[in-house]
Amino acid sequence: MNRVLTCFLFDKTVGGRYKNVMRLLEYESKKIFQHHGIRIPRGVLITSPEEIQEEGDLVLKAQIPSGGRGKAGGVIFASGRTEAKSLANRLLGNRIRGHEVRQLLIEEKLPLEREYYLGVTYDTTAKTPLVLFSAGGGVDIEELAKVEREKIITRAFKLTRGFLEHQAREVVAKAGIKGKELLQVSEVLFKLVEIFIRYDTTLAEINPLGRTSQGEVLALDGHLEIEEDALYRHPELEQVFGIPRRDIGVRQATEFEREAARIDSLDHRGVAGRMIEFEGELGLIIGGGGASLTAFDAIRNHGGKPANYCEIGGNPSVRKVCELTKLILSKPGVKQIAVIMNVVSNTRVDLVARGVIKGVIESGRLPSEAIAVFRVPGSWEREGFKILEKYGVPYCDRTVSIDEAARRAVMRVKGEKSKVKG
Amino acid sequence: MVFHPVAGVILADENTRLIVQGITGREAATFTKNLLDYGSKVVAGVTPGKGGLEVYGVPVYDTVQEALERSEQRENLKRTQFASIISVPPSVARSAAFEALDHDIKLLVIVTERIPRKDVIEMVEYAEEKGARIIGPNSLGLISPHRIKIGMIGGPAEDVRKAYSPGPIGVMSRSGGMTTEIANLLTLHGIGQSTCVSIGGDPVVGSNFLDLLPLFEKDPETRGVVIFCEPGGTAEERLAEYVLEHRVSLPIVAFVAGRFVDEMPGVRFGHAAVIVEGTRGSTRSKIEKFKEAGILVAEHLSEIVPLIRGFLGS
Repeated sequence: MNRVLTCFLFDKTVGGRYKNVMRLLEYESKKIFQHHGIRIPRGVLITSPEEIQEEGDLVLKAQIPSGGRGKAGGVIFASGRTEAKSLANRLLGNRIRGHEVRQLLIEEKLPLEREYYLGVTYDTTAKTPLVLFSAGGGVDIEELAKVEREKIITRAFKLTRGFLEHQAREVVAKAGIKGKELLQVSEVLFKLVEIFIRYDTTLAEINPLGRTSQGEVLALDGHLEIEEDALYRHPELEQVFGIPRRDIGVRQATEFEREAARIDSLDHRGVAGRMIEFEGELGLIIGGGGASLTAFDAIRNHGGKPANYCEIGGNPSVRKVCELTKLILSKPGVKQIAVIMNVVSNTRVDLVARGVIKGVIESGRLPSEAIAVFRVPGSWEREGFKILEKYGVPYCDRTVSIDEAARRAVMRVKGEKSKVKG
Repeated sequence: MVFHPVAGVILADENTRLIVQGITGREAATFTKNLLDYGSKVVAGVTPGKGGLEVYGVPVYDTVQEALERSEQRENLKRTQFASIISVPPSVARSAAFEALDHDIKLLVIVTERIPRKDVIEMVEYAEEKGARIIGPNSLGLISPHRIKIGMIGGPAEDVRKAYSPGPIGVMSRSGGMTTEIANLLTLHGIGQSTCVSIGGDPVVGSNFLDLLPLFEKDPETRGVVIFCEPGGTAEERLAEYVLEHRVSLPIVAFVAGRFVDEMPGVRFGHAAVIVEGTRGSTRSKIEKFKEAGILVAEHLSEIVPLIRGFLGS
């Protein structure tokens, strides 16, 4: 399994745990910072080298929705316009951390005396927003977290009370910062927390905040992640800042996955989606979220090779299940499908059975042969089992565990394979 | 909490009276009928603007205040007996929760999915202030078999009776569907349940494993707890730390689903998230921590049964 897939799995909701976020690009985040009075370096956004008019010491920064840009060669320095143009030419169109570089932010390079890390996020277990601050110079915050965790100052606060100016000062003062610098830095921290709350972000970060030799404090880099579920109440993102709502998720969906998403949007009855493509021979129609994770593990434990991951639930329509079945069976290399769900209470067993059988028949296959196992007990199971029996589909009731159903599916698909080989 | 439960239940009992906020919604109307069939006492529903209607014989009011006052007069009830099930659109969930908390309801079960995290945290903060407890959001509810069911959990009464049976094992699950799956597995093998809680599938929930474990510990009828875990977050790791620190003697069996997700390294949660979570959150890390804390880890789902028999004695 590849790295891109990893991003997808963790970025998208698997088993309902992860909530989607829209990660703003650096220049988009900086627009918001500036709007709320946080100073940023002078800069310009370009899409071709010819647009560069600036002179002097410059920084070229690839605008991609990913961290770790610096290490991956997405941030480079140039002296003068000529060098900047030639470097921009090399950077544009490249792929960095899996993203094509289409835009560069060209900024003045500033002489810095000191750098700070400022972050705001949620501690999900403690159920509280959390401010993070570090005064280490030029820090890689992840490295710092590993080796010198005590250098990071954290402070929880209550949303219903808000984060107050004196709390920002306390955090910054705790890092040993004094005088004018204390006031400047804590003011930025205070504003960052305001932004964090106001825009429904799950993460607001300035890294680094820099202090120039002239004593100015500016956000050199940073980004915001806005929760998808709250985007409906932030029309200002597009209207004020020109930040369009876009496809969320790090990974480019495959054609197979896009088709699955199209099927899921056929109607609003239930979910038949969250498809992830794999290279196996056993197609899976599994659900709901927790049971999908359980069934996928179980298939692999028994030596099975899944062709896909998916999550169905919420009583999807016969049409959706039928189309999904056809899509999976049409995938090259798929020999059979296994239908496994937890004991269902909302989804109807008979409707899932009907959808799968219809999909198999419309694919020109026999339900008794193409369905390795059908294990969906629960509401309307009597009606469902009757249909399955009629078509000779091997089904299990609630006395057969998800694990055992997975084992039977794997055994059967392996048997089928040897038959094909003759 | 004001609630003083009888043995075998931890959050609500036969005396609990339910109101349903958003009762006129399709999903809410269905689970209201299922609740009544199972014997749960749904006394009122609330949908602003729909006061005067009835849903399966349950009177609908415009405000929580009116719903509570009328129910109290009719049955001579105390405010502390009420629990509310919230099944409203995500954009008004915060307001619905605040309304219930304002009127001193001490147990809220929030079914609604996709509530912005900021709203969830605000609800949790206000609930703490009011000494109330929130289960969910994105929860199917909870059940103490043959006593009370709150929420959608298990579906129609007939299906609930098949999957759930009373007994000594508590269940907590991040997945609503798997709550029923695990109860069904236990019931099949003659092991009953004290209380089963679908804690909710969101990253932030009102009551996580850590919050609920002490209730199970105090319950004299609960002799062990099963937890269903998924990748992500640190609730499991912190539960393991709690078990070690407090020398929890109540046996815990954990099943961790989604182990395949671990096999894909190089994940970034964003810097600040990395700091909060450290290297934790993977299923491997959860399993290691559990084992260190003496929590029994089921390698596959069915193994839950022999692990429970190990301490129950059969």
